[in-house]
Amino acid sequence: MTLIYPRESNIAHPPRLFPGYKSTPKRSPQKPLILMRQTLSELTGPVYGHETVRPGDHDLTTQHKGEPLGERIIVHGHVRDEAGRGVPNTLLEIWQANACGRYIHVVDQHPAPLDPNFTGAGRAQTDADGYYRFVTIKPGAYPWGNHPNAWRPAHIHFSVFGHAFVSRLVTQMYFPGDPLFEFDPIFNSVPDEKARLRLVSNFDLANTKPDWALCYRFDIVLRGRDATPMETK
Amino acid sequence: MADQVILGLTPSQTVGPYFAYGLTPGGKYAWNDAFSNDLVTPDAAGDRIRVVGQVFDGDGAVVPDAMLEIWQADAQGRYANPRDTRALPNASFKGFGRCGADANGGFSFDTVKPGVVPDPDGKPQAPHILLTVFARGMLLHLYTRIYFGDEAELNAADPVLALVPAERRATLIARRDPDSATYRFDVHLQGDDETVFFDI
Repeated sequence: MTLIYPRESNIAHPPRLFPGYKSTPKRSPQKPLILMRQTLSELTGPVYGHETVRPGDHDLTTQHKGEPLGERIIVHGHVRDEAGRGVPNTLLEIWQANACGRYIHVVDQHPAPLDPNFTGAGRAQTDADGYYRFVTIKPGAYPWGNHPNAWRPAHIHFSVFGHAFVSRLVTQMYFPGDPLFEFDPIFNSVPDEKARLRLVSNFDLANTKPDWALCYRFDIVLRGRDATPMETK
Repeated sequence: MADQVILGLTPSQTVGPYFAYGLTPGGKYAWNDAFSNDLVTPDAAGDRIRVVGQVFDGDGAVVPDAMLEIWQADAQGRYANPRDTRALPNASFKGFGRCGADANGGFSFDTVKPGVVPDPDGKPQAPHILLTVFARGMLLHLYTRIYFGDEAELNAADPVLALVPAERRATLIARRDPDSATYRFDVHLQGDDETVFFDI
């Protein structure tokens, strides 16, 4: 199987300059990016074994002496390539605010309490079919300084690798029905509505654990598709 | 060929300002690092080098909340990935590193100097390291390449550098310290010295 990585797939991504998100104007290039053919350097990428993910790293509710406060949830999904094939054994890293909307990061000064039983970081590897699963608590919304009365919708940050260096993805998973969507420049930086909605997880009643946790499903699609017969010539 | 269903990609979102405790905790948080900025493994042959630099924004201010990742071949020019089907002499050399910028936007990687890698036509590419830059304020990461100032001959024949306007090529060349195996490669996200980034 030889995957190809057409550049046009990148149309799903936000532009690098999006003035509504006020940190972008000074951190986006103004000169044209240079088009180049992908070489072996771009078409390969890191491969990690099971040693990268320790047992329990996928469960953010059991990393401390006590249980974190908040609404316990399961977040799971399927990591696929553009041709719909599961991406096996790939690494996912997540980080998030606690139930009150406070990050443990030293720079976060939002006056909401930290939770001594919650760090907010997790790691998992997809299985042989490309599925992953985390257990965590639902993060809270929080204010930020982008514009007056700016609040980020509740989200979980995801970092995913895939088959090649060009399939690397860092993104954010949102929760369905959040009233803050229409006011959030980061969410709305994705120009196409269908693409934007791919950032929103689905409530997954079938996979809730009765009397224990609700479940959200977040499927991820990474770059990489089959070469068409024309292109393999 | 029309039968293939193509799924739309999951869009990128910014890494934000708070990634450090999850991605680059460095002993400061109750979490361990999956990756390091030291790529050198005991069996890694080749010249040990250090690549250092700083990340700057369009005002020339340092970017302390950036994360940098590198991907490179070993000293023989082989990638530790199944798509590179050539023999891999350094079985434990992974070729991937990650570094969170410090308060001065600074980063460093300890690694080995990569070897020559073929381009799609089989022509040699000059030794290079791929670099991705993530930061608050970046909705999508940027790709660039680190080339080496002491490889003038190979650089002059490199097919990717040849695509870059001559006056901008210097932004892709790491300068070797005359007294040590340390190369300096600064990243300018914007401005007169803007680093060349690639659309791949």
